[in-house]
Amino acid sequence: MKPTHPPKIVLDVQKIRADFPVLEREVRPGVPLIYLDSTATSQKPRQVLEAMDRFYRRTNANIHRGIHTLAEEATAGYEAARERIARFIGAAAAHEVIFVRNTTEAINLVAYSWGRANLNAGDVIVLTEMEHHSNLVPWQMLAAELDLRLEFIPVTPEGLLDLDAYHRLLDLHPKLVTFTHMSNVLGTINPAQEIIAAAHAVGAVTLVDGAQSVPHLPVDVQTLGADFLAFSGHKMLGPSGIGVLYGRGELLEAMPPFLGGGDMIKRVELRSFSVNALPYKFEAGTPAIAEAVGLGAAVEYLAAIGMEAVEQYEHEMIAYVLERLEEIPGVRVFGPEAQHKGAVAAFTLPEAHAHDISQVLDDFGIAVRAGHHCAMPLHTKFGIPATARASFYIYNTRQEVDRLVEGIYKVKEIFG
Amino acid sequence: MDDLYRELIIDRYKNPQFRGELNPNDITFEDDNPYCGDHIRVDVRLDENGVVTEAAYSGEGCSISQAAADLLIEYIHGKTLDEVKALTKEDVLDLLGIELGPVRLKCALLSLKVLKAGAYGLGEATDDLVA
Ligand SMILES: Cc1ncc(COP(=O)(O)O)c(C=O)c1O
Repeated sequence: MKPTHPPKIVLDVQKIRADFPVLEREVRPGVPLIYLDSTATSQKPRQVLEAMDRFYRRTNANIHRGIHTLAEEATAGYEAARERIARFIGAAAAHEVIFVRNTTEAINLVAYSWGRANLNAGDVIVLTEMEHHSNLVPWQMLAAELDLRLEFIPVTPEGLLDLDAYHRLLDLHPKLVTFTHMSNVLGTINPAQEIIAAAHAVGAVTLVDGAQSVPHLPVDVQTLGADFLAFSGHKMLGPSGIGVLYGRGELLEAMPPFLGGGDMIKRVELRSFSVNALPYKFEAGTPAIAEAVGLGAAVEYLAAIGMEAVEQYEHEMIAYVLERLEEIPGVRVFGPEAQHKGAVAAFTLPEAHAHDISQVLDDFGIAVRAGHHCAMPLHTKFGIPATARASFYIYNTRQEVDRLVEGIYKVKEIFG
Repeated sequence: MDDLYRELIIDRYKNPQFRGELNPNDITFEDDNPYCGDHIRVDVRLDENGVVTEAAYSGEGCSISQAAADLLIEYIHGKTLDEVKALTKEDVLDLLGIELGPVRLKCALLSLKVLKAGAYGLGEATDDLVA
């Protein structure tokens, strides 16, 4: 953001706010909600709530195999959501979009299906030091089972990945490179395209944890070149209980099924079964149908705003947030400067613990998160047990940032 | 909030009376709160009758967890081991003099959990010690 040009208004935040019923609520009488915890989960616009409500009121039926009207409508709604999501992330085909519960399940699916079929003792997986536990623990579990070696791209003191170290790790000829596109603590937006191209050059498969990037940035799997992309509906205006594993068609075709049961089969005999085609091969049992419909509506909502506009709005927001936080004596914000950062500010104060910060802010109606944000190794690396984290989305305003700053001054007053 | 941050709590947080480690000791135990990374160690010395003569705590955490630890350690001085084992959640809440939601309750009770696990000589500190 160049200070000489006033920021271009890229989205109408007041119009957006009017779509989010929860933003009308007061946390306590006279104290309106200031929701700065969208990195944990986003709020939902009425368009999503209405799509799910409509589904349950008018259509509710199990999908597939039904030939009655409701079952056909339910199947059509579920598949339309899949197609919309496939377009949203630039997938070559809708069957490359597998519905799962969340990012965590998507990553576990890859670990157990692709991992067990393709990895052997001594094989190397490259991860980063800034992973959420959900892109770390499944690989630790698999490494223990198959005797794999885990290597980590270091995080620099500024909160960026050390790409020189990454290039050296590639000499180990890893079988898989798996990394977060955007850190949920530092906000760092990693150069995914470059990381993936380098991985492919040594024959590694790549998995992108898109839990934070898909909601906040334009993400196109073709441009990225990603083999797998995992993300959660609840962080991108959709409901909880629905998430996506995108996988490149040939890889998914070659993978063994993950969970066994109904819908993932073509034919079953007493002692054997044959596997259904994609994407159903990976969708055993009745899926979260209304939630898929809700996520379809969320994607439609985001697409109508335009992800470039979302990115630009949040970029201007984080630049403002950093500018305001840096004015406050003692505040330490973790992660890189605004240029490399999504709208996440994890910070500490010398005089108060993250819990106390968050508790005092709650009095202002401000919701921030306090803790290690499921990234304990990263906090250990920075030598801090916990941070307070304020995160922003399309419905947040600069006035809310100003309130946050006032609240932090109040914390300093109480604990100073 | 002004209730939650009573002067007593802020004062104990900023000016703790019983911070430190005792080496040697008769009882020592430490544990984390996995939800927030708070960490507390408690050390206790007993006389020949099993009465607490000295006690201290160390570690890090929020004002509630640290103030609760400071107040609890003060409170157990002169108590017998059996009395320490019999301490409850209500004792800690009485010392703090505030009401707490479920998350902050865990902060407040970490030191009691650690103390009781040590007093009973357990391998790990479990939530049922402070239920
Ligand atoms: C970067 C990142 N990866 C993975 C996850 C896990 O998402 P979920 O809990 O929806 O599986 C999160 C959520 O906090 C995240 O921020």
